[in-house]
Amino acid sequence: MSRDEFLGRNAEERGISRRDFVKYCGLIAATLGFPVTMAEKVADAMTAARPSVIWLAFSECTGCAESFIRTTYPSIGDLILDVISLDYSETIMAAAGYQSEELLMDTAEKNNGKFYCIIDGSLPTKEGYGMIAGRPMIDIAREVTSKAAATICVGTCSSFGGLPAARPNPSGAKSIQESLGIKTINIPGCPPNAINMVATVVHAVVLGSLPALDDLSRPLFAYGQTIHDRCQRRAAYEAGYFAKEFGDEGHLSGYCLYELGCRGPETYNNCPSVKFNQGISWPIQAGHPCIGCSEPDFWDKMTPFYVAK
Amino acid sequence: MANRIVVDPITRLEGHLRIEVEVENGKVKNAWSSGTLFRGIEIILQGRDPRDAWLFTQRACGVCTYVHGLASVRCVDNALDIKVPNMARLLRNIMMGAQYLHDHPVHFYALSALDWVDVVNALEADPKKTADLAAAVGTAPGSGVKEFEAVKDRLKAFVAGGQLGPFANAYWGHSAYKLPPEANLMAAKHYLDLLKMQVKAAQLHAIFGAKNPHIQSLTVGGVTCGADLNADRVAHFMFLLKEIKSFIDNVYVPDVLAVAGFYKDWGAIGGTTNFLAYGEFPQTDMEPDSLFLPRGVIFDRDINSVGPVDPGKIMEHVRHSWYEGNGNLHPSKGETKPQYTKLDVDDRYSWLKAPRYDGQACEVGPLARLLVAYGSGHPQAKATVDHALQTLDIPATALFSTLGRTAARAINTKLIADAMVDWTNEMIELIKKGDTKTYQSYEWKDGMGMGLNDVPRGALGHWVDVKDKKINNYQMVVPSTWNLGPRCAKDILGPVEEALIGTPVADPKKPLEVLRTVHSFDPCIACAVHVIDPHTNEVYKVKVL
Repeated sequence: MSRDEFLGRNAEERGISRRDFVKYCGLIAATLGFPVTMAEKVADAMTAARPSVIWLAFSECTGCAESFIRTTYPSIGDLILDVISLDYSETIMAAAGYQSEELLMDTAEKNNGKFYCIIDGSLPTKEGYGMIAGRPMIDIAREVTSKAAATICVGTCSSFGGLPAARPNPSGAKSIQESLGIKTINIPGCPPNAINMVATVVHAVVLGSLPALDDLSRPLFAYGQTIHDRCQRRAAYEAGYFAKEFGDEGHLSGYCLYELGCRGPETYNNCPSVKFNQGISWPIQAGHPCIGCSEPDFWDKMTPFYVAK
Repeated sequence: MANRIVVDPITRLEGHLRIEVEVENGKVKNAWSSGTLFRGIEIILQGRDPRDAWLFTQRACGVCTYVHGLASVRCVDNALDIKVPNMARLLRNIMMGAQYLHDHPVHFYALSALDWVDVVNALEADPKKTADLAAAVGTAPGSGVKEFEAVKDRLKAFVAGGQLGPFANAYWGHSAYKLPPEANLMAAKHYLDLLKMQVKAAQLHAIFGAKNPHIQSLTVGGVTCGADLNADRVAHFMFLLKEIKSFIDNVYVPDVLAVAGFYKDWGAIGGTTNFLAYGEFPQTDMEPDSLFLPRGVIFDRDINSVGPVDPGKIMEHVRHSWYEGNGNLHPSKGETKPQYTKLDVDDRYSWLKAPRYDGQACEVGPLARLLVAYGSGHPQAKATVDHALQTLDIPATALFSTLGRTAARAINTKLIADAMVDWTNEMIELIKKGDTKTYQSYEWKDGMGMGLNDVPRGALGHWVDVKDKKINNYQMVVPSTWNLGPRCAKDILGPVEEALIGTPVADPKKPLEVLRTVHSFDPCIACAVHVIDPHTNEVYKVKVL
């Protein structure tokens, strides 16, 4: 919602004209020792709207949305109440059916060019394989993303196709970039770390810009290095200490999991550094090799997971 | 004159669901439930390494994370005749319990509460009266006047800002909302508290699970987190569990009972007829005998006759679903191919198939588990159910309803949270004894395997046929398919369709009451849609092992 719309709605309902409101802000500015010309800036700050976010869910498992709400500082409650305006999310919104459809269309229209579109799930391209409110998902995606300031793909499915696109891709699933031919910011992972998703959104809202990206449109701050580069067991790898079987002495004492199928060397992500769930753990710490879940086509390229390359 | 209402999308669930109801004289006369997304995970598994299966199937759902992964390792273990070590069994159960402690409370507050709680009305509440109400219904911490004032102020400022976000364009002020403003404010505060608590419940899961969602410490033969069986991790787990259990005992369960108290008429709306539970949490390697939550089937609401479950009696129908043919065959027999036609509620209208047990539609999930436990004489189940009925002063028949299902979910959570304390102590005893083996190595063989589980949304079965170290066939029959599937060839309604009949609808433009019953099933539609492999046109025979 624009500042003017907000002023119009709330102030006028209270019998305050816009002119009166700006006059009031002029008084505030003077009280603060600013020149009266600052009145407009004060008015802006007082009525700054939270940026509108539309979350679209397509051929997904909702794991990315679940991972997103594991965030702390800001918590998901703080994010939704204070930082962004989550104007559409089928997972948590109160409205259903045509009331939710209305919200989607109205929000995209009113905030044309200004809202952020977050997407989880790939797009099925076979007819009838993915419908919402009687419309093909791909049509909804095309319409909404065309109005967004930026489209952020969370998860490997929307970024690269993900699980539904794994051979033989029964639904003709494709990534958002591929199916719509648009540029997106990709935050892959299955699911991605809450830290990386929320940091990107906050980057946009607080710094007013999007983070630097690699050639797969992934933020470099998270995907700039491989798991192998950051892994606590790298020294074991270099020294030639490899776990041979789950549960063996080496496995239980932190030996490298390369021989059990670890894909760390070919996977770009920051899991070893930031870990998951407020630093509780991450796969290799829990004794399980990396499966390369933030890489394109990992379901086909990194399998069989338990066989070393 | 009859009125057709379509609600699509149904929000506040997992996946993509469409509900159509026919309303006549203010009540639902007929209903049709449709899943509108197809991914084809079983097709994708064809020909792959069976050890990888659990990693794929876990992604059936990120809300019901972990559970498909567990079902999968169990069925491949079964196919390869692997007996996992005791500690691995225990850790798998503990991780399953952690999933329950996250999933059920999140469902109540984030996915269903807004059907019963009018958050806009909460702004009318008197914080002092709210504190009094909170003290009367439970022992939730942070329930003082100042805390409720703070939440009310925060919500007020949020609404005044004009950007209602997820609360916009909804049904506030609908005549079906019955809570006084104080109850609305209390519930709204607890919703915000739950959003913080679920972060911790996920941490609990991640201690042994590596991360949540999508755990990464299972494997065929056991678990990989043996190195986490140290004092630091175990202590962390114990004390975090205490916090979560405290939320369940002092906030979640009292809230459900408090809200239920204002909606007793919903004890006569939204019921089904038959109940199926595979049971869960094996205490030894003997199944189904050692299951903490027992296995059983109840027909015609007769809780006193809990029958044994024969997996051979499960059939999946496709007559009203988008697959070729009209077959009603056992999951491992017959031919099915996905075939999309237009959505026609009189013909084919869903990507979900229609599972039937002995020809009957069966509700699965927390109510089924609780009724089977109650009928099997489970002492804690009996005690908590009887206590809830007494507190609410409602008859036992009220269990067969939307209200009953919602209360059952809370009671399930409490039973499991209590058991988790025991299982943690068991884990400590095993560590002290040095019984910490977490992985059993194995030899490859050809064979069929089955894994039966009872996961938050209900009875889940995975079947695999291993041949030459590859998946020859894989099949999943999933709880939300039981609950939200369409009619079968005999035109028997699926459980949610049956449950919706008779639901009052005060305003066809705002079908809040329909949402109440649909949400009470805790739908997960990503899980629910799957298919039998169309390439071989063969479903393999499932051996009852």
